[in-house]
Amino acid sequence: MFRYILKRLQALVISLIIASLVIFAAVEVVPGDPASFMLGINAQEDTIMALREQLGLNVSLWERYFTWVTGMVQGDFGTSYTYRTPVSDMIAERMVISLPLALYALTLSTLIAFPAGIIAATRRGSVADVSVMGVTQLGVAIPNFWFAMLMVVVFAINLGWFSAGGFPGWDAGFFAAMKALTLPAIALALPQASILARVMRSSLLDTLSEDYIRTARAKGLTRRQALWRHALRNALIPVLTIIGLQFAFLLAGGIIIEKVFFLPGLGQLIFQAITQRDLIVVESVVMLLVFAVILVNFAVDLAYGIADPRLRRART
Amino acid sequence: MRYSGMFTKVTAAASFAALIAGGAFAAQTDLTIGLQLEPPHLDPTSAAAGAIDQVVYSNIFEGLTRFGPDGSVNPGLADSWEISEDGLTWTFNLRQGVKFHDGTDFEATDVVFSLDRARAEDSTNAQKALFEGIASVEAVDPHTVKITLTAPNGNFLFNLAWGDAVIVAPESIENITTKPVGTGAFTFANWVQGDAITILRNDAYWGDAPALESATFKFISEPSAALNAMMAGDVDAFSGFPAPENLNLFEADPRFQVLVGSTEGETILSTNNKMPPFDNVKVRQALAHAIDRQAIIDGAMFGYGTPIGTHFAPHNPDYVDLTGNSQYDPEKARALLAEAGFADGFTTTLKLPPPSYARRGGEIIAAQLREVGIETEITNLEWAQWLEEVFRGKDFGLTIVSHTEPFDIGIYARPEYYFQYDNAEFQALMDTLTAETDPAKRSEMITTAQQTIADDYVNGYLFQLASLSVANAKIEGLWANAPTQATDLTGVRWTD
Repeated sequence: MFRYILKRLQALVISLIIASLVIFAAVEVVPGDPASFMLGINAQEDTIMALREQLGLNVSLWERYFTWVTGMVQGDFGTSYTYRTPVSDMIAERMVISLPLALYALTLSTLIAFPAGIIAATRRGSVADVSVMGVTQLGVAIPNFWFAMLMVVVFAINLGWFSAGGFPGWDAGFFAAMKALTLPAIALALPQASILARVMRSSLLDTLSEDYIRTARAKGLTRRQALWRHALRNALIPVLTIIGLQFAFLLAGGIIIEKVFFLPGLGQLIFQAITQRDLIVVESVVMLLVFAVILVNFAVDLAYGIADPRLRRART
Repeated sequence: MRYSGMFTKVTAAASFAALIAGGAFAAQTDLTIGLQLEPPHLDPTSAAAGAIDQVVYSNIFEGLTRFGPDGSVNPGLADSWEISEDGLTWTFNLRQGVKFHDGTDFEATDVVFSLDRARAEDSTNAQKALFEGIASVEAVDPHTVKITLTAPNGNFLFNLAWGDAVIVAPESIENITTKPVGTGAFTFANWVQGDAITILRNDAYWGDAPALESATFKFISEPSAALNAMMAGDVDAFSGFPAPENLNLFEADPRFQVLVGSTEGETILSTNNKMPPFDNVKVRQALAHAIDRQAIIDGAMFGYGTPIGTHFAPHNPDYVDLTGNSQYDPEKARALLAEAGFADGFTTTLKLPPPSYARRGGEIIAAQLREVGIETEITNLEWAQWLEEVFRGKDFGLTIVSHTEPFDIGIYARPEYYFQYDNAEFQALMDTLTAETDPAKRSEMITTAQQTIADDYVNGYLFQLASLSVANAKIEGLWANAPTQATDLTGVRWTD
């Protein structure tokens, strides 16, 4: 197990280095200058140059890359060009919304998908199965921002149960904050839950038709016992993969949902930074997301090892 | 906001009890106001972003002079001034007893500091040109400032009213971007980035105390989210409402009021005057006659906007209506093109920045130009790209943009400016206008200037951008017009 972890770690570091190079190069070739963006259409050329100097944009690309990377290793993400505040503070401020929102949505999605997938698989062909398949089909097909707007109209404007959006901050209390995240989390969770339920169902169906399940039944286990002791654990591998991918997506991929609910999350930050050519913010946030994705995959890899002992041995 | 039935009953009972107890209700003293764009930071003297002024102008920061709701220039931190005979020396008498929000006194040295900072060599002031004619700024005594100019300047008081010319203090300059300290009627309280900025009433304010105790600017970029937030009562007002297509919903609803005013934004079909065939005035004239302004206003702005025939704001007393100069007349446009040698038309580029007036307007203009034989290749650009390619790189045939700076006809006297209009006579006229201080003569010159650029068909003059705001019907004192990009809350109050 130890060597398995070590190998995964090695891959993690190499991926990070490559990612940093690609991100930096991609962001720097995009046309547009942060200084002239800040100063608008009446600015004089010398003023733009003065601001570029102040922002440290007048040095070579390599120099900027190394300052950025060495800073990041020490936990310093640099200073935003437009906001003039440390990027790490900005990310932290957005994380307190994006991270709980992603976890909230993921929890909802798992809580819906697991029972739905299991019921559909164990009662294949029944009314329950058909309705789960139908509803999830709809869940995948409905655009989540449309569903979000629909919820706003019903629950915020007509019923007045929720705000139409915004986030009161954690200072307002745990429940007030969670309440503000509820509609967005449901909107985010719906398509994810649908996908997850379908994966759960088909994965479970596959394992239920395996020989060892028949053996387990033959030695006297009930269907239910065979399901809980043998099938479920084996069916989890593909489900874990999907959950890992979904979490990474939810962290910043919820930008449209953030816009609909005007939530100041990571997605909005990155969107705004791109339009303002706040390059350092774009680079750092994307890097952080890459790091999150790699970390989640690493965790999923470890979880495979736990769920399936054969993987540990096979890879050492 | 709606409550459940039970709660309504409880509040009703409580209010009844309060009435019996003899206390009339005090009006609400907090306000949540929506804005589409969040400011990048809060220093109005080092960025062009109108979003900064929308929060801080007049609320937090004040200049020597200030704009009124009608665009007039009024005394601000200077309560009076004298101008020397030759027009070169301006002596400003500063208001006494004014304090910055951090408790330090506002004195002449602060004015010297602010103006010197704005015009310094390494200044990052986006409107540095405003301060170009200043030779020196001196503090005569704590309450008197003497400014010497290199040449007489009839625009000087106007220039000092801009958000880029507000007075800042050396003691608090270091953190101005995140903790602005001014002299205004409100103090900065809190900023949750990406979400909202809160300001509180400044009890030590030198002028009339505002009715509001606190105000929160809430940033909502998505038009449909802005609509929902207003409808659900999450915001009490929205300044610069981004969804004109939905204004009729508010007009029909007695809970709301809709404020339609004018801005300083001349929206123009900017034309590259140096790029053939636009270097031919006949072609530019043809362009002007090919455009149906009303169709653009109706189609792109849902009817909100005033047609213009030159680069000047219609609400300005010196405005001349020159729309007749470029009547919609596709026949004439085709004839002019034929005269210029383009009977079969030509192809050019139309590069559009993000605002909807440009994106939606661009589609309509492209269709109108196609009618007279001009084909356009439309490219949608982000602002940063637009600035690099079009504005600095001058790589464009046509573009659509709203010039939102007040009284900015002077850009036509800058041959290097992106549309590259180079007319020595016009440049000379602008120079004499700047030096002229006699209002009657100024007015006459401004008229000539408008006429000149209209006759030269420098750009396609489309319409004056409307200022659209929505508010709870019980709020009064919001500015309908936007003479500068400000959301001045000093006179805003709830009526019951």
